Amino acid sequence: MNSLSFPILSLITFLPLAGVLFIASVRGDEASVARNVRWAALWTSLIVLALSVYLWISFDPAVAGFQFIETSTWLSGLDVQYRMGVDGISLFLVLLTAFITPIAIIASWSITKRVREFMIAFLLLETMTIGMFCALDFVVFYIFFEAVLLPMYLIIGVWGGEKRIFAAVKFFLFTLTGSVLMLLALVWMWRNAGTTDIVTLLRTPIPPQAQTWLFIAFLASFGVKAAVWPLHTWLPDAYGEAPLPGTIMLAAVLSKMGAYGFLRFTVPMLPHASAVAAPLMFTFGVVAVIYVSLVALAQTDMKRLIAYSSVAHMGVIIIGIFTFTVEGIEGALFQMLSHGVIIAGLFICAGVLLARGEGLALSRLGGLAVRMPAYATLLMLFALGSMGLPGTSGFVGEILVIVGAMKVNFWVSLLGATGMVLGAAYMLVMLRAVLFDKFTSPSLDGLKDLRPAEYAMLVPLAVMVLWLGIYPASFTHIFDAPVNALVQAHTAALTLPQPAAPASLAMVIK
Amino acid sequence: MLTTIAVFAPLVGAVLSGLFRPLLGKQLSIASSILFMGLSAAAGVMDFAQAVQGGATLPPLHIATWISVGSFTPDWTLRQDMLSLVMVGMVSFVSALIHVYSAGYMAHDKTVPRFFAYLSLFTFAMLMLVTANNLLQLFFGWEGVGLVSYLLIGYWYERPSANAAAVKAFIVNRVGDVGFAVGIALTYLVFKTISFDEIFAAVSAHAQDHYRLFGTSFPALEVVGILLFIGAMGKSAQLFLHTWLADAMEGPTPVSALIHAATMVAAGVFLVVRMSPLLNAAPVALQMVTVIGASTALFAGTIGCVQNDIKRIIAYSTCSQLGYMFLAAGLGAYPVAMFHLINHAFFKALLFLAAGSVIHAMSEEQDIRMMGGLARKIPFTWAMMLVGALALAGIPPFSGYYSKDAILDVAFASHTAVGMYGWACGTLTAALTSFYIARLFLLTFHGTSRAPRDVQDHVHESPLVMLAPLAVLALGAVGTGLVLDHAFIGAGYGNFWQGSITVLANSPMNFFESDPKYIELLPLLASISGFGVAALFYIFMPSLPSIFATRFAVIYQFLLHKWYFDEIYDAILVKPTLRLAKFIWHVGDEQMIDGVPSGLASLTTDASSQTVKLQTGSIALYAFVMLVGLLVFLSIFLWVR
Repeated sequence: MNSLSFPILSLITFLPLAGVLFIASVRGDEASVARNVRWAALWTSLIVLALSVYLWISFDPAVAGFQFIETSTWLSGLDVQYRMGVDGISLFLVLLTAFITPIAIIASWSITKRVREFMIAFLLLETMTIGMFCALDFVVFYIFFEAVLLPMYLIIGVWGGEKRIFAAVKFFLFTLTGSVLMLLALVWMWRNAGTTDIVTLLRTPIPPQAQTWLFIAFLASFGVKAAVWPLHTWLPDAYGEAPLPGTIMLAAVLSKMGAYGFLRFTVPMLPHASAVAAPLMFTFGVVAVIYVSLVALAQTDMKRLIAYSSVAHMGVIIIGIFTFTVEGIEGALFQMLSHGVIIAGLFICAGVLLARGEGLALSRLGGLAVRMPAYATLLMLFALGSMGLPGTSGFVGEILVIVGAMKVNFWVSLLGATGMVLGAAYMLVMLRAVLFDKFTSPSLDGLKDLRPAEYAMLVPLAVMVLWLGIYPASFTHIFDAPVNALVQAHTAALTLPQPAAPASLAMVIK
Repeated sequence: MLTTIAVFAPLVGAVLSGLFRPLLGKQLSIASSILFMGLSAAAGVMDFAQAVQGGATLPPLHIATWISVGSFTPDWTLRQDMLSLVMVGMVSFVSALIHVYSAGYMAHDKTVPRFFAYLSLFTFAMLMLVTANNLLQLFFGWEGVGLVSYLLIGYWYERPSANAAAVKAFIVNRVGDVGFAVGIALTYLVFKTISFDEIFAAVSAHAQDHYRLFGTSFPALEVVGILLFIGAMGKSAQLFLHTWLADAMEGPTPVSALIHAATMVAAGVFLVVRMSPLLNAAPVALQMVTVIGASTALFAGTIGCVQNDIKRIIAYSTCSQLGYMFLAAGLGAYPVAMFHLINHAFFKALLFLAAGSVIHAMSEEQDIRMMGGLARKIPFTWAMMLVGALALAGIPPFSGYYSKDAILDVAFASHTAVGMYGWACGTLTAALTSFYIARLFLLTFHGTSRAPRDVQDHVHESPLVMLAPLAVLALGAVGTGLVLDHAFIGAGYGNFWQGSITVLANSPMNFFESDPKYIELLPLLASISGFGVAALFYIFMPSLPSIFATRFAVIYQFLLHKWYFDEIYDAILVKPTLRLAKFIWHVGDEQMIDGVPSGLASLTTDASSQTVKLQTGSIALYAFVMLVGLLVFLSIFLWVR
């Protein structure tokens, strides 16, 4: 067990709220407010990042369980408590959130409309997301999980593109439906275990019949968030219409909430249903890889192409999780980190063009490598990462998932690996259309290469892509212990005789 | 230490010339790339020489951990056995020569440092490939060389044809790589490791393992072998996955010499040789290697006979020669395959660079029909091309003679159906080879010039910086056969390879010297007859080719269109895929899956007064969904009860 003298998780979670308070109190004329607000938001997020790195350093990788646990009484009558804690799985998602948020805030420098409100929404989003990854109580988790929706909904609906309302409502509709079903699951599990403590829930067996229903409820909730095919169609609209920083957060961080849910709840708590549903999930994953890659190939707009590539990668993550092998799950986790970094880089690259007043229609771009060599290099690096080139972060996750899938089924492995071809196809088509060939319009000839602020966003991401790709062991050794424990528990649960229904529920089930 | 310098010096050079170009300036960044490459070559060759003299295999050199998940633990390690060191020596040496040549060839290009950064980066990736100690690091180098190949083919990215060729090369390679990646996964499943030594040690223990596929049971090692070979087919441009190589000639000529002749395309052969202990236990996979190799040799040879682009002819020749190497490797005669690989690297790089010198002289003209009579104007290039051509055609004492002869002898000595098929294809190909290279040589250098006046006036010999590397390579093309023959495939070949290659006792490798005399002479006769026909066609009776072309128009067109592979792939793979992509996007995604939710979302959003709608619409919706959720909850609860 590891703990610090102060409640670091709560501090990381709620620090952005302090930033919100400060931002709300800033006074002055519009221009100075906007400037102060931006810097305040950036500093807040950087402090959160520093604290998260400190958390990483203090973390003990040898321990499989949760660390830095904080408990305080909340709804004692219902045995619902405010519990926080991280293990090797959630630690990196906290870090990812803390790492991406400042970058997204720099990306929102271009927002000029209602800057104060935007930054408030953004910091709220960070609080909710980190809180969700740290929550060790199902009710706390649920609240954060749902609350993420609200700032995101506003970010899309107020600051989005032309079809923003449509996109926002669609996003809301999809994710909310799933959320409600998860609430039902929560209530059931609370009745079953008598508590909403996640650690206890993880140890409380659930009768197989009930597992099926709970699985469906979780699938609806986490599947939508993770944009599992065929629950993904909200995604291109939301990604396409959200303002750039919103897209970055959605793609890099929020899409991981679903995958995290699968890993934290579905697989360990519902081992039987997960095992039964694995073929279905493989199908979803493989279809995502092939079908969605094809759709990406047909796209004519850079941002939408990247959006679809994101769905295809989520397919790989789903396949990895449901292999129930150490390689597959660690591959999925790694892919979550890698995808977060790469997709943020790709969207920022798209934003760079928008900031120069260019559209993103692929047919109207081209030849940018001449005038923007630094931009071309970085975009190329992210695209290569996306197509899983060895040496970049994308490869490690992909090969681990392929290896893990091979332990389960040859065809899942092979079909999952076809993403290597299709992913290369759409990314190379994009690179060619954006960077190579001749200019399609004279305005492209006058474009300037990256500005300092753009370097500040892209270079850290690029460094991460390479670091994750060349020395992934610095990350995998942290989630080694919990994943091994997870896989062992899963195998044990399947080999044991059917878990006996707890007395209180035995009548209900029979 | 030497190995480390040899491998990492090019990376330093690449970083300096690529990323630090603004600091260093153009000349200095080029110089640093060449300098570090020279350092690498010196270290690489010394490393090889030391290993030959010392006679002891160095242990693998651990650099750092890479991935460590479960028992999947590939590390960054440099393997230093004889097979690796032979490749390190060859790759770094040839690459250094090509760096020097490029300084002259690319002098007028606008972004030369970028070119040198790519070349150096390529060399680094290739060296990582050949020194890999596990399958995944090999795959790292494998994909790395593929990437740089893509970048270099598309180096002149303002040309649409170059971009198309680059994308095609990458994607076709990736098709093979899927096989490779899945092969790695299956290897791991069978052996619980992907480190070479551990795999090889466990081969006999897993020889009887079976793996179920298509509802039947296959020997697991055969499946692994075939999957890995599919990867090799992509990289080495073997039949069915060969279509990218000719198009890759869109890249600058030094690139073609380095990547698409001497080094990268040989990686597939290297992989097969590297995996020899495993493949020895997979006879069916080996037969497939031989059949594909022999077929490719013949197939590419036929195409080479009718092409008109000087570089494309040599490209098809490369394809064909790689087929020879696979032919030998598949028969278990791995050292012979390696022998040809090294010889080929020198004479093919020579041919390409000489072709580059011709193109340079001809103001970028590449069509041999527009050349002719160059012998007197650029005699040095003529001599170099002649050496390359003789080596390729297998005329003694040039290097190609030794290895090609050995390959055909081995094929004949194997006395198996597959071996005889390989022997027949190989002998025919020998005739075709000397025909097409003689055709290229005669059309380019002899007869009367067919070039426009202004081009003719401008013909000039290349600068020394380009000619010197040619001379060194020519020495190689003359010498490597003679010098390496005994060590590589002579009676004591086992001492030379020091266990880095496993040759079975029943391999034809061990008794091919006992072939009848006429078998040993046949390839030479085939080559000479090829020359004779070419001389007849292009010197003595220049009207004959067009008569043949019209008389056998169908065959001619068939060969000219490269057996219509591109057209067929386009019709049955590329176009339908793109059409399917459009279809599933519009119909599948937008209309079917998305139809319901979009409809709902549209209900709540109207173009007018968006802000109001945003609030009222969402709240109503929230309530609606809550209600539906509650109903579902209740019904489920009741149903379970």
